[in-house]
Amino acid sequence: MAKKFKVGVNSAWCKGCSLCMGVCPKSVLEMSDRMKSTPVRENDCIGCRQCENICPDLAITIKGGEDDA
Amino acid sequence: MPSAEVFSWLRTRFMPHIWCPGCGHGIIMHALIRALVGLKKDKTQTVVASGIGCSSRMAGYIDACTLHSTHGRSLAFATGIKLHKPSLTVVDVMGDGDCSAIGGNHFIHACRRNIDITAIIMNNNIYGMTGGQASPTTPAGAWASTTPYGAIDPPFDICRLAEGAGASYVARTTIANPKQAETFIMNGIKKKGFAVIEVVTHCHTQFGRKNDRRLPLDNYNYFKAVSVPLTKAKTMTPEELAGKLVCGEFVNKDVPEYTEQYDKVIEKAQRR
Repeated sequence: MAKKFKVGVNSAWCKGCSLCMGVCPKSVLEMSDRMKSTPVRENDCIGCRQCENICPDLAITIKGGEDDA
Repeated sequence: MPSAEVFSWLRTRFMPHIWCPGCGHGIIMHALIRALVGLKKDKTQTVVASGIGCSSRMAGYIDACTLHSTHGRSLAFATGIKLHKPSLTVVDVMGDGDCSAIGGNHFIHACRRNIDITAIIMNNNIYGMTGGQASPTTPAGAWASTTPYGAIDPPFDICRLAEGAGASYVARTTIANPKQAETFIMNGIKKKGFAVIEVVTHCHTQFGRKNDRRLPLDNYNYFKAVSVPLTKAKTMTPEELAGKLVCGEFVNKDVPEYTEQYDKVIEKAQRR
């Protein structure tokens, strides 16, 4: 069973710089029409946390990693 | 890294921060907080000092004992704090202009003195806050608002400057590698002596738009393309290394630390 991750984006802090979309190897995040990063393919997340580390606004939090059987 | 601990180090009432969307300073701030959390530092025993500039806003966002001091003189203030209470962890966050131009004098002498301070230098090649004037680290040929025909003067290499001045830990990384930045900052804080960590970042607002790197992501990809690890750089010729950024730990040596030496002097003087 694949591990499940929760991608949380604090849209009040997100400025829509699109760095997270550029670094994500699985294209989990996309820009919303309000110019905020949104996790549209959360199930594809592999939990590499590159988006969390690259986010200059500290708006992204990846939770989980436990096996959800 | 549990994010709840990272958030406990933030003054969330000031967030979202003032930096431009995609600014590398936020990435460095996150790396610094992760390093402090990883080392299990106490907020009341950690001092973050800063000077003036975009980079120096960082001290306002980190919930530790912080000091926003005068332009370029943050190292002088940090030295005073460290000498008064050597048990404190002192981190000094500076920009490239703050460190190498206005505070260049303080910087080389802090390196020479080898006092136990961790200096994080955010090198964005420009004076970002005041309108994009050329700084001592603007690469030759680059465009800035004060060099409308391209800069002609050769730039400073902050790491070699620190190495020559005698710092006990010198490392360079870029914002394209936040994990490495975290590791180097951790090593720098652990090091007993003056640690210099140059994190090459971008100012797409002032520097990038004049130099064909308009978007934060363009800068990220540029840093990925030009950074070369130190071990690989040793096998490369100077021609191959032209225009590249060598990243890694340049110096990691043990030399007598200033506050310890100073305590010995006090002891010696009191014995008489």
